[in-house]
Amino acid sequence: MRILKSKWHILVCLIITLIAYVPMFNAFAESSADIPKPKSNYSDETRCVEPVAIMRKQHFVYLLEHRDKTVIEGIRTTQYSLNACIDCHITPNAEGEFARYSDDTHFCASCHQFTAVNIDCFQCHADRPEEAIRKTRNPNTTVTAHTQEIHEYLQLGETQPH
Amino acid sequence: MRYKLDLDIEEVNTDRRDFLRRAATVGGLAIAPGVILYQTGAAKPADQAVSSQQRWGMLVNTNVCQEDCDACVTACNEEHGLWDLGRPETDAQWIRKLNVKDKQTGHVTSLPMMCQHCENPPCVDVCPTGASFRREDGIVLVDKHTCIGCRYCMLACPYKARSFVHEPLQDQLPHSPRGKGCVESCTLCVHKVDRGDNNTACAEACAKDGHQALLFGDLNDPSSEISKQLKQHGGTQIRADLGLNTGVRYQGI
Repeated sequence: MRILKSKWHILVCLIITLIAYVPMFNAFAESSADIPKPKSNYSDETRCVEPVAIMRKQHFVYLLEHRDKTVIEGIRTTQYSLNACIDCHITPNAEGEFARYSDDTHFCASCHQFTAVNIDCFQCHADRPEEAIRKTRNPNTTVTAHTQEIHEYLQLGETQPH
Repeated sequence: MRYKLDLDIEEVNTDRRDFLRRAATVGGLAIAPGVILYQTGAAKPADQAVSSQQRWGMLVNTNVCQEDCDACVTACNEEHGLWDLGRPETDAQWIRKLNVKDKQTGHVTSLPMMCQHCENPPCVDVCPTGASFRREDGIVLVDKHTCIGCRYCMLACPYKARSFVHEPLQDQLPHSPRGKGCVESCTLCVHKVDRGDNNTACAEACAKDGHQALLFGDLNDPSSEISKQLKQHGGTQIRADLGLNTGVRYQGI
């Protein structure tokens, strides 16, 4: 009798949990329509650098570990690099505009806002690919033209994102 | 790791490197004389940590540095996204131009001043959190994840090479993250070095303007242009009396 009661409790808990999660799934479904899709850099087998379920839960662990390797040891692999995340996940919308982290439609912000996570990565790090930043900053500045001259002189062509 | 930085650069046995280089030269000549198929300053593999085999440095020839030219400063600002906020008192400055006048003769020497990438950096000595550190290959950097913005390093630096970010920033570039509350300085274009460019933005800009006053290279490699120049003509350290063994050397002062 006692065992049956505890089983019953577990079942009730499960049902409540499921009901509680329904709006969360809805929220993902609703917001995902507005969020620009990542570039299809990866094949169907490896959509991201790790399976999506792991990335949702663990991405910051990978980033944290990679950041010290990059800063201190100069290891520049792209697998867990924040810049590589941004280059793939932050894509222009239909109007060709890139979302900033302060926008709801920014890939990172869309989930962080829902889960009430506050991060300070983007106080320093670029929240968009370099091309987007250079384009929107101040196109009239003479400094940009000067860099372009240097790149032409060095035959590097257009300024490339790193 | 960053607490274990060994300040004494080990004696590097260059025999093996010389042998490999000679072998590469012979190979290159055998394929097509006059055509350079290899690069001595090749990029390290991205997954490999930097080592003390290299020591990156810069040689400034003040004899050809032009008094009215600030191409290096402009290039640095553009490369690292040091957009000025219209407040010259506090705007970040990783490299600046100085004109030094000898009162006796009236001779004016113009030179760029930036982080000297010391072997024994005072900024690293005083940093309370270990944020200020010297990378294995001799580049002195700030780990901004650890920097608390106390600015002891700015006081300790004899070259006034460091800047503090006083205001929230936006539009930072991917390869040069920077933000409010952190100290920053010349990184010797560490992102370019790691990419294998074997040059810095300032040196490229100087060469482009035809002055060739800045020469970037590996001080540990006796066959690099910078080592040859230093061996032949010498180079002065600014404030050599401090015994910091700077990675940036000057000619003509």
